[in-house]
Amino acid sequence: MALLEVDVQNKESLGKPLFIDPSETPESIKAHVSGVIFGRTYLWWVVALGMSFSVLSVLGFALTWLLIKGVGIWGVNVPVAWGFAIINFVWWIGIGHAGTLISAILLLLRQEWRTSINRFAEAMTLFAVSCAGIFPIFHTGRPWLAFWMLPYPNSMQLWPQFRSPLIWDVFAVSTYFTISIVFWFVGLIPDLATLRDRATNPVIARIYGIFALGWRGAADHWNNYERAYLLLAGLSTPLVLSVHSVVSFDFAVAQLPGWHATIFPPYFVAGAIYAGFAMVLTLMIPLRAIFNLHAYITQRHLENMGKVMLVTGLIVGYGYITEVFMAWYSGNVFERYMMYNRIFGPYWWAFWALILCNIAAPQLMWIKRCRTSVFWLFFTSQFVNVGMWLERFVIVVVSLHREFLVSSWGSYMGTRWDWALFIGTMGLFASLTFIFIRILPALAMTEIQAISAEGKKVAHH
Amino acid sequence: MKILNQLPQEQPASAAEDPKRIGPAELDPVDVAMLRSRLEEELGSEGGADKVWRSLEELSGDPDFDELVQREFPRYAPQDWQDGVSRRGFVQLAGASLGLAGLTACTRQPRERIVPYVEQPENLVPGKPLFYATAMAIAGYGIGVIAESQMGRPTKLGGNPGHPWTEGATGVFIQGETLNLYDPDRAQSLTRGDRILPWDAFSAELTPTLQAIESLGGAGLALMTPAITSPTTKAQIDAVRQRFPEVRWVQYEPVHRDAFYEGSKIAFGEPLEVRYDFTKADIVLSLDSDFLAAGPGALRYARDFSARRRIVEGAEMNRLYVVESTPTETGSAADHRAPGSSAEIADFAKAVAAKLGVPGVVAGEPHGELASWVDAVASDLQAHRGSSVVIAGESAEPGLQALAHAMNGALGNLGETVTGSDPVVAELSMQGEDLAQLVREMRDGKIAALFALDCNPVYDAPADLDFASALERVALKVQVGMYQDETADKCDWQVAKSHALEAWGDVRSMDGTLSIVQPLIEPLYQTRTIDEVLSLVAGRPSSDYDLVRATWQGELGDSFEDAWRKTLHDGFLEGSAEAVKSLIVDDTAVSEESKAIGGHGEGLELQLMPDGGVFDGRFANNGWLMELPRSINKITWDNAAIIAPSTAEEAGFKTNDVVSVSMGDHSIDLPVWVQPGQAAGTVTVHLGFGRERAGRVGNGVGANAYHLRDSKHPWRHHGVELARTGRQRKLATTQTHFNLDQQDEQASRRHLIRHGTLEKYKKDPHFVEHMGHHVPEDSSMFKDWEYTSYKWGMVVDLSSCTGCNACIISCQAENNIPVVGYEQVLNGREMHWLRIDRYYNGDLDNPKIHHQPVSCMQCERAPCELVCPVGATVHDEEGINTMVYNRCIGTRYCSNNCPYKVRRFNFLKYNDTKTPVLKLARNPNVSVRMRGVMEKCTYCIQRINYARIEAKKEDRRIRDGEVRTACEEACPADCVAFGDLNDPESRVSQWRAHDTNYELLHELNVAPRTTYLAKITNPNPALVGDAEQDHGAH
Repeated sequence: MALLEVDVQNKESLGKPLFIDPSETPESIKAHVSGVIFGRTYLWWVVALGMSFSVLSVLGFALTWLLIKGVGIWGVNVPVAWGFAIINFVWWIGIGHAGTLISAILLLLRQEWRTSINRFAEAMTLFAVSCAGIFPIFHTGRPWLAFWMLPYPNSMQLWPQFRSPLIWDVFAVSTYFTISIVFWFVGLIPDLATLRDRATNPVIARIYGIFALGWRGAADHWNNYERAYLLLAGLSTPLVLSVHSVVSFDFAVAQLPGWHATIFPPYFVAGAIYAGFAMVLTLMIPLRAIFNLHAYITQRHLENMGKVMLVTGLIVGYGYITEVFMAWYSGNVFERYMMYNRIFGPYWWAFWALILCNIAAPQLMWIKRCRTSVFWLFFTSQFVNVGMWLERFVIVVVSLHREFLVSSWGSYMGTRWDWALFIGTMGLFASLTFIFIRILPALAMTEIQAISAEGKKVAHH
Repeated sequence: MKILNQLPQEQPASAAEDPKRIGPAELDPVDVAMLRSRLEEELGSEGGADKVWRSLEELSGDPDFDELVQREFPRYAPQDWQDGVSRRGFVQLAGASLGLAGLTACTRQPRERIVPYVEQPENLVPGKPLFYATAMAIAGYGIGVIAESQMGRPTKLGGNPGHPWTEGATGVFIQGETLNLYDPDRAQSLTRGDRILPWDAFSAELTPTLQAIESLGGAGLALMTPAITSPTTKAQIDAVRQRFPEVRWVQYEPVHRDAFYEGSKIAFGEPLEVRYDFTKADIVLSLDSDFLAAGPGALRYARDFSARRRIVEGAEMNRLYVVESTPTETGSAADHRAPGSSAEIADFAKAVAAKLGVPGVVAGEPHGELASWVDAVASDLQAHRGSSVVIAGESAEPGLQALAHAMNGALGNLGETVTGSDPVVAELSMQGEDLAQLVREMRDGKIAALFALDCNPVYDAPADLDFASALERVALKVQVGMYQDETADKCDWQVAKSHALEAWGDVRSMDGTLSIVQPLIEPLYQTRTIDEVLSLVAGRPSSDYDLVRATWQGELGDSFEDAWRKTLHDGFLEGSAEAVKSLIVDDTAVSEESKAIGGHGEGLELQLMPDGGVFDGRFANNGWLMELPRSINKITWDNAAIIAPSTAEEAGFKTNDVVSVSMGDHSIDLPVWVQPGQAAGTVTVHLGFGRERAGRVGNGVGANAYHLRDSKHPWRHHGVELARTGRQRKLATTQTHFNLDQQDEQASRRHLIRHGTLEKYKKDPHFVEHMGHHVPEDSSMFKDWEYTSYKWGMVVDLSSCTGCNACIISCQAENNIPVVGYEQVLNGREMHWLRIDRYYNGDLDNPKIHHQPVSCMQCERAPCELVCPVGATVHDEEGINTMVYNRCIGTRYCSNNCPYKVRRFNFLKYNDTKTPVLKLARNPNVSVRMRGVMEKCTYCIQRINYARIEAKKEDRRIRDGEVRTACEEACPADCVAFGDLNDPESRVSQWRAHDTNYELLHELNVAPRTTYLAKITNPNPALVGDAEQDHGAH
């Protein structure tokens, strides 16, 4: 397993905590991870899934009512024609970034610590993109015609209008989702085989067997597998950068002050990674405690994620500063007023809360004690989750509500249906997550085995 | 000329199929002979003459009668039907009614039979409108219109350019009339209480009563009508008088002109219809007169006045001074405007009059800004003797109006810019006094039968008269009206009245010009005109057509048929204007009267005004007019207590605070509106709201200001009190009303309204260009499209726009634009394709007010087109940014990227596609947009295409002026030019080439096709300290 080869000795010599408890053996890892799946069903899981499902039903309710009545049930209006739907879309897409980043970029950069968290992060990506995907479809006035955005042959001989960033979005997001799901599935194959082998119920074994695609762990399997995996990682990497760049084009290509800025693509990508890591932390910390995964998700994982948050948070902060500077430096009356209004206008609270959440709070990560403390990491990641949502609120709503013509200034507030749909997608996310941790290995068993002390030996031989 | 029975089959069917509606049926006649003998018995007995009886069945004492009616006709409860859907519910229902709109897209359309004409009626081509000249009356005064008929359905009214008085101008009320015609809440048949009855039953019951009254010489019979200028109606009233010599006839318009006639009576010794010629007036002083927007002369005055503001057409600019209490359209058009209470206005007027040498006038002592005006205004007026106008508001005190006449006399304007004739109303009366007298008689039991013809006094009589309680003492109460309104509710009988577009009639306009009102459609319901009802009362029942013909036979004399046809065709009778009288001012009377004016009353001054949308309340159920953003404050769906910023500060009130406005014993609750430019110490409240029985749109909207009205002081009254209630009511405005100073500053910095003085323009004709940023010509990366055929464009002249809103309603009627309701407007979802932006500029207590009509600019490099993912908005080869409604999926990205925010989105299902009668109102050449679709102005592309077809048939190009957009056509100020930019001779090209032409948000380089001519004002150099700062010139 040359690909995953790591010099454990070196790391140890530096006196840093390990990415995996050295006492863990491949067998113990398998037993532990598959034990989550084949072990008894805990009451808390049933309760948690039930709660998630009830929140998911809110989504169903919100979407049904939306289809019956129209987007007028939301708070959108003229001038603020985009509201929660687009904010939530960008927010979820951003969250979906960590998965691919961890899976692909860290893989290519040979950051071996990713193995403990990549499976989960990838799953999170898929679920987050699924949640995100609901919004652009249902925010249209006539969602049943949303397929017109796809280039398909039709009797009217009409094509989408390719100059529109929304069309780019369609391609960017659907490509991202497709690659992510393939990447995730390919990574799962050896683990699915393990589960097939360990399942006692023949039906369950059969089901895992189907998805394991006849994996036998033969050398040529491993050979093909690793090539495919690497290839997919290579394919995914530009996507991490492109998806959110394209999403940022929705704004940057428009001519609206507060949207029309060349800094948007890098600034959005950094923000997405920032949000993604915060969400991974948000989910990983409780999961680790519940399933007693301290052996695999060690303090070093958490600390590294804290560092990534700090760096991306600083990039985002730099983005904010650039926006303010450019608004002033441009000398443009519209840009200047936009920034003034963002900071001191009716939505000043959103801006300052955003600064608190996204700039002030993550500064805690400079302090090693916070960076290595589960409590402070969780605390900070919550701030970032909220902050990144507020960032999109500020960009979408605050820019739109007072723009060029003074006569058309307006205001915006989400309605209960906006909130219902947003919370409903959280229910979808949670439901998928709880189902996922019960039926699929939340940790990449085979990869962790490879970096365990014994696994290394095997690999070296 | 009349189109009968040419409707597609579904339309009459809608009436016939309705089980609630009945046709004339045989009704076992009540034994009239028995009734008569019983009545005679009653009358003969002691006190019998005074004995009142309410109905025939009471009289007959026959319980079977009631039962019979009910058995024969199923119960019909108009009240439930009208009130069953609240206004709020209406919008909800409108939203819910489509249900799963997506599914309906997949369902099969219901099967319909289509039967082709065996013989095509002449001139009737589906899709090709026919045009007929007719006239519409607003408060009695006629306006010449050309009605557009689509397959027998009148769908749009435009001005009749040939009409000698209105000259093709129309206003919001006229534009709203088509919706009134198709209002589903209209009264649809003859009802008694909640039962529908046939006409025969009505006449049968009426006959013995009338005969009884006839035997008393008509005593106890009263007719109430609006102001009547119609010769036919007058003839019917004369006939009634002949039969009932002692009949009381009361004309009552809530917006009556008593003070106007009184003023002319003081000044000239007799009540006259005084008219002004603003084409000849170089200097105009308005003393609380909103002559550009209010009163029967407004359309003509706006047209004439604006012609003198259009420097693009070489007009020699006039100068307007306005002193008024609340900012009006006239105030916003002024070169100098000052706020003032009635006392301040009177003081100022007297000071100017004294300066002008009006004999016997004691100069008042105006304060503040007005004090500095006196010399400047007086000398300016004096320098334009014979070519100036001093005009006082029609609701101002008669003494002030007389003083204005005297000033015109002193300035030699009489006979020049000011002319007068006998009043146009068929019979002049002091309406307020007459009504008060009538109510007294009613209360005393002297009135046995009241016919309220096309009026609604229960709602709109002044509160102190308490009309409703007096009405209870009347035995027989008949109301004839378009709605089951408040008065109908309290009457025994209600006769549904025909709309002017479905019945014959006639009317005179303010100069006396006679017009025949011709129907364009058979009555939709079982309705009658008031002429028909009057003819029944007179004992000579006849049809509207016959009545009008009979009247006009006298008018036209020999060769009647030819003259009749010509009058119908032209829309007016040539040479029928009233003869001009010579005017001589009675100076003693004026000076005597002027002493009393402007007596400083105690406390806050209440000013009542007709509303710019619902007028006196008659249009309260017209959704277009109710949702019309009012010219100055942009409020929809409410009236408010409008107060000055200083008054608000003193009292600690803020906009939207609900206060109890009380006048004597009466009070109403209204939200406060802090109005920049309002005179300190005044409270302005608009009439026409607070209707209880208007219909689904108007019920319960706002508060009824007639409760504050005093019959002796109908317009202004001191001593009104405002008390905090602690509640809030958000006024639904279409423009935000906070941080006005910030808005002003930003609007100035962005050069949205470019304005400057005439002096400045003369010095530097290119000053407008130098405002804002210069964008180099070929600054786009792409090569611009070359237009080889037509290149449509529009220019709006801000100097002459008065902000009257006519264009908005015209656009709404033309383009099937839905009404969305209070909540939706509050949420910023109004659908108007065309809006008029209002900007304040300068001092909060007396800002300059600018209007700027904004609709889609049809940008050459349209930002919306770039971002639409499905190509639903695209440019056509003539430069119009078109909307493909069927292709739109509703991402709203186009709206976000539109810098002018002129795109409108169907957030919910706003168009009522269910109510059958509303289907008739629609323009068939414009798609009715469904939910989830973006829409916007497309320069009335349907009109362009109509003209194109006509031009192609004749193998020529479309001529300049042949296509008139709905806004352009309606504009009384004629401030919109539309046409082909490829034709250098076209009006629009010439306007666009003018020095003052500018593009809104020019620096964005989107190359809008609609441009503006900067607002040029002509302030008096002597008052230049009066803050003629050009904010736009930064």
